[in-house]
Amino acid sequence: MGSAKFTNEAAYLNRKFAAFWGTNNSDHQARICHSTTVTGVANTWGYGAMTNSYNDIRNAKTIMIMGGNPAEAHPVSLQHILEGKELNRANMIVIDPRLTRTAAHANEFLRVRPGTHIATIYGMLWHIFKNGWEDKEFMRQRVYGLEDVLPEVEKWTPAEVERVTGLPESQVRHVAEVFATERPSTLIWAMGQTQFATGTANVRASCLLLLATGNVGGYGSGANIFRGHTNVQGATDLGLDVTSLPLYYGLAEEAWQHWCRVWEVDYNWVLSRFVDKKFMETPGIPSTRWFDATLLPKDQVSQPDTLKAMFVMGHGANTITRMPESVRGIEKLDLLVVCDPYPTSWAVLSERKNGTYLLPACTSFEMAGSRTASNRSLQWGEQIVKPVFESRNDYDIMHMLARKLGFAEQLFKNIKVENGAVSAEDILREINRGGWSTGYCGQSPERLKAHMKNQNKFDLVTMRAPKSDPEVGGDYYGLPWPCWGTPELRHPGTPVLYNTNLSVADGGGTFRARFGVERVVKRKVVENGQEIEKEVHENLLADGSYSLGSEIKDGYPEFTLGVLKKLGWDKDLTAQELAIIQRVGGAKPDTVSWSTDLSGGIQRVAIKHGCSPYGNAKARMIAWNLPDPVPVHREPIYTPRPDLVSDYPTLPDARQFRVPNIGFTVQKAAVDKTIVKDFPLILSSGRLVEYEGGGEETRSNRWLAELKQEMFVEINPADAAERGIADDSWVWVTGPESHSKARMKALVTERVGKGLAWMPFHFAGWWQGVDQRSKYPKGADPYVLGESVNGLTTYGFDPATGMQEPKATLCQIRAG
Amino acid sequence: MARMKFLCDADRCIDCNACVTACKNENEVPWGINRRRVVTLNDGLPGERSVSMACMHCTDAPCAAVCPVSCIFPTEEGVVLHSKDLCIGCGYCFYACPFGAPQYPHIGNFGSRGKMDKCTFCAGGGGTEVSGSAEEFKKYGANRLAQGKLPLCAEMCSTKSLLAGDGDIIAQIYKERVLRRGYGSGAWGWMTAYHV
Repeated sequence: MGSAKFTNEAAYLNRKFAAFWGTNNSDHQARICHSTTVTGVANTWGYGAMTNSYNDIRNAKTIMIMGGNPAEAHPVSLQHILEGKELNRANMIVIDPRLTRTAAHANEFLRVRPGTHIATIYGMLWHIFKNGWEDKEFMRQRVYGLEDVLPEVEKWTPAEVERVTGLPESQVRHVAEVFATERPSTLIWAMGQTQFATGTANVRASCLLLLATGNVGGYGSGANIFRGHTNVQGATDLGLDVTSLPLYYGLAEEAWQHWCRVWEVDYNWVLSRFVDKKFMETPGIPSTRWFDATLLPKDQVSQPDTLKAMFVMGHGANTITRMPESVRGIEKLDLLVVCDPYPTSWAVLSERKNGTYLLPACTSFEMAGSRTASNRSLQWGEQIVKPVFESRNDYDIMHMLARKLGFAEQLFKNIKVENGAVSAEDILREINRGGWSTGYCGQSPERLKAHMKNQNKFDLVTMRAPKSDPEVGGDYYGLPWPCWGTPELRHPGTPVLYNTNLSVADGGGTFRARFGVERVVKRKVVENGQEIEKEVHENLLADGSYSLGSEIKDGYPEFTLGVLKKLGWDKDLTAQELAIIQRVGGAKPDTVSWSTDLSGGIQRVAIKHGCSPYGNAKARMIAWNLPDPVPVHREPIYTPRPDLVSDYPTLPDARQFRVPNIGFTVQKAAVDKTIVKDFPLILSSGRLVEYEGGGEETRSNRWLAELKQEMFVEINPADAAERGIADDSWVWVTGPESHSKARMKALVTERVGKGLAWMPFHFAGWWQGVDQRSKYPKGADPYVLGESVNGLTTYGFDPATGMQEPKATLCQIRAG
Repeated sequence: MARMKFLCDADRCIDCNACVTACKNENEVPWGINRRRVVTLNDGLPGERSVSMACMHCTDAPCAAVCPVSCIFPTEEGVVLHSKDLCIGCGYCFYACPFGAPQYPHIGNFGSRGKMDKCTFCAGGGGTEVSGSAEEFKKYGANRLAQGKLPLCAEMCSTKSLLAGDGDIIAQIYKERVLRRGYGSGAWGWMTAYHV
């Protein structure tokens, strides 16, 4: 398991390491963070990342935050949000179960029940379509699948929306009108949409709202998806993911062939590292399911054996749900290696004594490398201090390990290692040589270092440096990806994705042609007065929309050598570029594409003619390859509303990611046993500003530890009074699975509505009422310990991603 | 000569505690002593507002007026400093201060107070130590002002809610903000601290 604290270079090296070791069981915090965003959003319009930037929020006229508390999770982003609110007198709307620190600054706050995002969005769309507030021309040109979505929208009448979400019609109608008519509008989200068994469908619903109102591809609009950690965006991009090699190439043979060419290793040698070809091309076990893969009988785990060993670099155990299972999993492993600056919860959770190793890794401040911010900008960080004590940096640890495992020579073939020190710059250059698919090709270490040196030259809002500057002229800060072509092409980066008002060479773009050029589908049509079902070919390419200066004034597919030839543009390729394309393509050079051409020539020529290398298509309202092609409201696995489960059940049981997902069975059992009687309160969890992630690092910081010294649960005064619970008194919280229980302080507050309990997720070091401080190695214990909310969280996994469901489960609270 | 002041724009403060943490780290303030803190009103209720508070470096500072050993005094820039060599830890200043700024370490039995500690506007101490010296840092914390830098709490503010510097300039910044956005809950504490 890798880490969102890695630099880009360490993340890439870690994924490459896993490939050379022969496994796809390579994951990190994005699984439990924005895996659903990446999958849902990429399946809508091409890339699964923030479309705009924090800075660009200053241009918005309506800022809507659904499922995020950036005042605590992303404090600096509030500077941009509040400036936006002030500069444009923008509407700031917060929709959340809690009156958060963010909501305190909103013009309008809607208190919604956890797990009803899709119903809320459809409720808004119902009013939008009913009143004609949608952007018809935008959808005609750039959006596919509206007719598949409309029947679902129609089901969500104001009465049904109120029945499911608790939101009255007047509120829903008002925010729908504001969002659709006071544009540009941006939708901001974080874990409040993603961490559900319906996470992928949730973010897809958000995309539908943005598309229907024409709020993608312009300044002040877009899906402003807030990522966390120092580098969860970069670690995601660089493939710490069970479903893909670096930069979203996937796991199919072409992906492996591409990276083997970049790595300059023989494809057959890499293949020989795996059990077989099928295994090499099959997604691995996600971080949320590792203990299931350890504990389940061998015949239920789709790999040669159950999971036997964990090598964890920079990831807490207490951020993953179902910790009672995790404890059993840790005890059953043959080998557990915790490679981290802190022992972390992995080291103290179980009674395990043998086969456990703590390797001291330094923090990312103690090494050089680049990080990618939420807005896709890369920043180079220099080493600030030398690694303390005997700790080593991530690169050197992976180098030492590769040497012992016998593949260091292949792994570091084009990466300089001097006296055991790995060159981060060389790793980035290798990423540049292979990163065409996502436009990670233009951000050379030299260009990034020039940006750091010239930070003062970039505009706060446009993020652009004046064209006259000799070093960074015309660049957007951090060369936000996609930054096309080779570094020599000097593409400025793309500050706003899919923005047709700029030329591609200037940072503009189109929706990506990722899902073919047409869809063959059966539609009911009326012919000669009779309704018949007919097979129709529907165009997926853009219709009359194109980016500024495009020589093709319509939609077009992604570029290959074959496409260039058809257009007669292959003449623009240099002899050297053509030679490289032919070497890549072998017998079939025409199939070499913008994402596999190692010369960058195809990208360069497409951009020369004003075109996006990845094509120009429509965004998809219907994603036919996902479990719910059109988002469908489904109740959480443990819902406080069992009466709604018959109408809105979770998806049937299925096998995903090498293990079974029995969410349907679990939900049905909970309803049949009326679990809600014994566990009547909704339990949700989230961020505190003082701590971050599993909290080992921040709870070990004395200034932060002083600010928040105890684990607590927020409970509404009415619920507290019913239970005789006083503010700041001790309580026992119990959960519906594994006889789970946890002891903590009660924070009685109207911040949470009646029926909702809320906990921060950063605590560890207490287990079911027992302080585990004595189990930490001497001097390595954090200042603050406490119960983990995930000691109480329960089953529930998004079928498309393996995302867990810590935002909506059930619990009971008693004084004690 | 500029008159140094603090101004917390309560419409911008999000209770992120960056100011508190910056202060603690820059001045190495021990546990239990809070030179700066964020106060939240109506916590968890509609109308919740937060404001970051520390010594406001008052005009005619009441703490100085009541100090029996006269160890508290304003500098030419209006920063209120004190001498820990003269301070007797009597606690009068705590009762006089309208902002709860003075802090005291517990040094012995029965909660007996040590030397008073408070925000110095990152301007070192009011004792005899050489400005910017290690001795001064140990007793009073950083002396950023002597280096031409402003207090770190304001420099690190996530939302530029907390402003520090020449009172005329920060008042102007705040006025422009209020005019532009059309609302403002006023410069909290200014009437009390600066009689304006």
